[in-house]
Amino acid sequence: MNALPASLVVMGGSAGSLDALSVILPSLPDDFPLPVLIVVHLPPARESLLAEVLQRKCGLRVREAEDKDELCPGVVLVAPPDYHLLVEADARVSFCSDEPQLYSRPSIDVLFESAAEAFGPGVIGLLLSGANSDGARGLQAIVQRGGTALVQAPVDAHCPTMPRAALERCEQARAVPLSEIAQQLQELAHGR
Amino acid sequence: MPHRTEDLELRLLLEAIFHRYHYDFRGYSLASLKRRVRQALEKFDCQSISQLQDRVLHDAKILPALLGVLTVQVSELFRDPPYFKAIRERVVPHLRTYPSLRVWVAGCSAGEELYSLAILFREEGLEERTIFYATDINPEALRRAQEGVYSLDRLQLFSENHRQSGGRRSLSEYYTAAYGHARFDPSLRARTVFSDHSLVTDEVFAEMQLISCRNVLIYFDRELQNRAIGLFHDSLARRGFLGLGAKESLRFSDHAGAFEEFDRLEKIYLKRGDR
Repeated sequence: MNALPASLVVMGGSAGSLDALSVILPSLPDDFPLPVLIVVHLPPARESLLAEVLQRKCGLRVREAEDKDELCPGVVLVAPPDYHLLVEADARVSFCSDEPQLYSRPSIDVLFESAAEAFGPGVIGLLLSGANSDGARGLQAIVQRGGTALVQAPVDAHCPTMPRAALERCEQARAVPLSEIAQQLQELAHGR
Repeated sequence: MPHRTEDLELRLLLEAIFHRYHYDFRGYSLASLKRRVRQALEKFDCQSISQLQDRVLHDAKILPALLGVLTVQVSELFRDPPYFKAIRERVVPHLRTYPSLRVWVAGCSAGEELYSLAILFREEGLEERTIFYATDINPEALRRAQEGVYSLDRLQLFSENHRQSGGRRSLSEYYTAAYGHARFDPSLRARTVFSDHSLVTDEVFAEMQLISCRNVLIYFDRELQNRAIGLFHDSLARRGFLGLGAKESLRFSDHAGAFEEFDRLEKIYLKRGDR
């Protein structure tokens, strides 16, 4: 496998993941060299404050993704409620309104699988605290295409179901303590 | 490089469907289309996209079911109630000034958006002067839209949406329930023309005062979005309204300058009168 530089970070979580993101994102430098895409399970109310909440906590630019947005280094795009967020091979995002997966729209699996498909070995997938098994299949897809799979260590997670499900399904996934995740992302971003 | 081969197979499948049946998916966003093609592989028990291509080229009978997998949307009546509230409170007053109205529901799928607008227009007293055009590329979706029958377990959501959209009566006044289904009053579609029409390959067919096209453009790449929005522009009367889905916009379109934002949050645009 080529040691290609990483090209994209995708993150997913549900219950308890906002706490984790509030630790990770502020610990990344403002000039973090990769685009970051985030799916957090939310109720399908139309307007979400997630991007604003995260923006207030960190120096990276955070905003809600819009259809066909370009991936930019150091820009964090958050999936809007009630749409799946996908990555296209031309380094843009797209949405779809297909059926929820594991009762979730946006679905972490959908984001992770599309990222694996589009960017193969360049993808770093990170799965955080959550109460169902969404993301496990997606992390597996990332690993199968040569990407890197990280999981918030279940002992650190407010809701360890999601990290555990991923570690069970995807044995190459590495459990990382919450306090070390940002450092790991930095190292991976700057070449492994 | 297994996925490179699969990308090639996907392109060939889309070419095959286009040349054999004139359904053009070549400008669709690939990420979600790929997911749907994978679902089709499962449904038709095919081991590869090439195998599916072989099947669809030689067996036209599977085309409708394949179109179903590639295009069908599950929507709701009055999905995103604030959109319909904005139509009711902000667009309808303008529409009232016209003696006759044409409304196009582009990509109507199983009819949820059409019935929402038909009910809204009835409640606002505009129904008598309106012709609705409901179009889709999928004949099965059009058939379902013409039936107006939805599973009863969805009606609680639809009723709540309708109420939040500013509905003036109970939604139950517009349907009859039987055998687990709700059948919407056929008179709601008495003024609707259902038609096969493609935003990819077809042209303008009438001059509209309102076009509602929600969660269709997200499936298109930018070039195709541009074409579709151009088609909407050419189909709209001056000062006609265009309503898009909550996460859609005109920002990548060459035609953006020909519209003003009428309701920024609800993605309702107004065609400028000066061009």
